[in-house]
Amino acid sequence: MPPDIEAIAEQVFTALADPSRRAILAELAAAGPATATDLAARLPITRQAIAKHLALLTEAGLVTAEPGERRRVRYRLRSAPMRVAQQFLAALARDWDGSLDALKDHLDSQAG
Amino acid sequence: MGFPDRIERTVRIAHPPAKVWAALTTAEGLAAWFGQEAAIDLRPGGSAWMRWSGGHAADMRVERVEEPKVFGFTWHIFGLPDDDPRRTYVEFTLEPAGAGTRLTVVETGFAQLPEEAYRQAHDGNTEGWAKELGELADYLDAA
Repeated sequence: MPPDIEAIAEQVFTALADPSRRAILAELAAAGPATATDLAARLPITRQAIAKHLALLTEAGLVTAEPGERRRVRYRLRSAPMRVAQQFLAALARDWDGSLDALKDHLDSQAG
Repeated sequence: MGFPDRIERTVRIAHPPAKVWAALTTAEGLAAWFGQEAAIDLRPGGSAWMRWSGGHAADMRVERVEEPKVFGFTWHIFGLPDDDPRRTYVEFTLEPAGAGTRLTVVETGFAQLPEEAYRQAHDGNTEGWAKELGELADYLDAA
């Protein structure tokens, strides 16, 4: 069964709708892969809540677990689902109405 | 949620198709309403580009040239990295309507599948790996 593009985008937007998960994703994007302990030290979120969110994000395919130093699992942001969400946003941001108005204005302003 | 794959607009323009065609398919025309600077090699497979102030640019590939009826090109999906191969297809259709033109623009391909089409299989591996890592950590901790 092929992956459902809409389900992927929905998971990204659902994750981003929660402030704690948004903070975790933003921190992974800004500073790179990190362990749950690293994130708990940097963010105003409890270690327990971070572990819960990371489990959720991993299950959704938005982060991936990999071996880190001292046998700790660290988490890395996965770019593929983010790009799917960007495709969705690109469709919403495509302003054909504005462009076509500009085309009409241009043609009207031409002499003859 | 409804992932939009296709965007379509039809507008009536009070100028004949030949004039609209020139605005869509010449560097001078494109630079006047679409980009701020433009260049175009008007033949199927030809390249074209537009630039805007602020450094944003769009590279296009001309796909269909049927003067003065159909003009099509592909371009990069805005927001995706430069090396991402996904592109949308834009097609303008011009039909005479009285003294003017009925212009339709259709852009498709927003919902195309990403390169990583085997996401589920990949995720299966990732989950398996995370589980194995956990077991390894438990084993080492116990040793």
